[in-house]
Amino acid sequence: MTDPVIELRGVAKSFGPVDVLKDVDFKAYGGRVTGLLGDNGAGKSTLIKGLAGVQPFDGGEIRFDGEIVQIHTPRQASNLGIEVVYQDLALCENLDIVQNMFLGREETSRGTLSEATMELQAAKALQSLSVRTVKSVRQKVSSLSGGQRQTVAIARSVLRKAKLVILDEPTAALGVAQTEQVLKLVRRLADSGVAVIIISHNLADVFSVCDDISVLYLGHMVADVATKDTTHTEVVEFITGARTAGAEA
Amino acid sequence: MEQTSLATGHEGTMRDQISSYFNRVRGGEMGALPAIAGLVTLSILFAFASPSFLTPLNFANLFVQAAELTILASALVFVLLLAEIDLSAGVTAGVAMAIFYVLSHGGMNWILALLIGFAFGAFTGFTLGFFVARIGVPSFVVTLGFYLGFQGLQVVILHAGGQLRVEIPAIQAIMNESLPAINGWIFLIVSVIFTTILGLWDRSRRARAGLTNRPIGLLILKIGSMIVIGSGVISVLNMNRSQSDIKIIAGVPIVIPITVVVLAIGTFFLDRTRFGRHLYAVGGNAEAARRAGIKVARVRITAFIITSTLACLSGLLHVSRLGGVEATAGRQIVLSGVAAAVVGGVSLFGGRGRLANAAIGALVIAIIENGLGLLEFPAGVNLLVTGAVLTLAATIDALSRKRSGAGTVRA
Repeated sequence: MTDPVIELRGVAKSFGPVDVLKDVDFKAYGGRVTGLLGDNGAGKSTLIKGLAGVQPFDGGEIRFDGEIVQIHTPRQASNLGIEVVYQDLALCENLDIVQNMFLGREETSRGTLSEATMELQAAKALQSLSVRTVKSVRQKVSSLSGGQRQTVAIARSVLRKAKLVILDEPTAALGVAQTEQVLKLVRRLADSGVAVIIISHNLADVFSVCDDISVLYLGHMVADVATKDTTHTEVVEFITGARTAGAEA
Repeated sequence: MEQTSLATGHEGTMRDQISSYFNRVRGGEMGALPAIAGLVTLSILFAFASPSFLTPLNFANLFVQAAELTILASALVFVLLLAEIDLSAGVTAGVAMAIFYVLSHGGMNWILALLIGFAFGAFTGFTLGFFVARIGVPSFVVTLGFYLGFQGLQVVILHAGGQLRVEIPAIQAIMNESLPAINGWIFLIVSVIFTTILGLWDRSRRARAGLTNRPIGLLILKIGSMIVIGSGVISVLNMNRSQSDIKIIAGVPIVIPITVVVLAIGTFFLDRTRFGRHLYAVGGNAEAARRAGIKVARVRITAFIITSTLACLSGLLHVSRLGGVEATAGRQIVLSGVAAAVVGGVSLFGGRGRLANAAIGALVIAIIENGLGLLEFPAGVNLLVTGAVLTLAATIDALSRKRSGAGTVRA
């Protein structure tokens, strides 16, 4: 296997006396989808926030493309090529798809917005993901369905040439057909060479789209397996702690 | 050039474009339509009810009356887009003009005095923005505080009630003098050329990027209607509207091109610059804007600065119309300004609205005042009607939000 895009070694994070992450090792590879699982309070969000630069880790080592890096601010994370698609999507409903995809990074020439350039690039990004569900790239986001919004949010990370895309519960609020669409989209995103991390509670989704599965239990990384080498039951046991060998309570 | 198969809304014939426009309207994006309908209805009603409504004199008066309100409502649009409000915009302008009066009467060059007045406005805007964006005081409360405080400050600076004359010809001219007939036409021609160039430039940029353009007919339609309406307005304004035989009064009042230029520049900023885009983004979803790396507090503060500064221009128009300053300036008009913006289709929930909406809304409010005044209704009726129209507009705003599915976010 190639080298991981992101590699965490011995990462720790505590809030006051509470150790949320304890000596966590984690890897995600380009072209592969890694499922990050764990029960509520296992430390998934803390891990993601550390990678996104929202809440920096207290200790440990972060390697990005093999190099040791520091991530203390969201800006640093995004400069490295890390994009997070949050559960609540963070889109402006009053703006259209193009405007949302370029939000905060608008292209300008001589001080005025280059609408044509942005429209073209947005359309290309959506096409690279084979998106067919949106009617027009100039549609307002308020008129889009949940799945379409998720699509826009994911396409935005493509536009930003992300190397690592973190998806927080991408299918949580979606119906069956839309979930299917989004999972296909995630697959295509990974196939384009991006490392994708998915946080999910839905094991069916995880098994259908993920190549690797990592499980957190009370701040420890208790499993790091290829999807094909494991089963539903085994993963559930990891999540619930039934299979943690060395967990300190 | 690489073609994309995703639609952009620019495809199709004129018929497609028009039908998609009607679809958007049905979907709740009504914009200024209710206000324009109101404008037409009111004009017809008043035209039948009063013989003096459709006269060149009244036509000119109407525009002059609306100008002050248009500028103030446009100023307020910048904070309304953020779902904030500035109740103190009127009295800030009042204090700025009081400062201008005291300084220029103290012997200072009047232009410098005016600039200091405007600088005071900008600084007030910064202070308001600071309270709202950095400290987190609700804008309603902090601007209400300034609204009360600045009423006092006006009295303190001017030491007097009643009017204090401003005898500066250039300032008096803005609202009371007109352009020579030919200059009105030149203004229209320049505006048309400018709009055409901008429209063609946009099309060429899209074409160069390999994107489809809307049918050229739409641009021709836009420019054509601009020429027709513009010519109509200028022809009427160039007629003699004097009521005596001694003096001829004709021409486009100077305030009209000033207002149009302010609206054009403001619209350009909102539609075509990064700041404008960020303003809409913060108004639509501040958290999303923050995560996208937009400096939300800075956008908010800038918006308050623009509102207060532009409000001072409205204050200057007031001084010009009155021929002087007064210690009570700006108390009433600010609420009409908010009303005008909302009537025109600017959403109080933030993120939706344009300066053109404010201008149309201001015309509606001005026409109510003007028409009912001609019919010699008592002042109370005017306020009752304006209030009813505002309530109706706010209801339309809330309903259309529900319809476009954007109304669920704000608690």
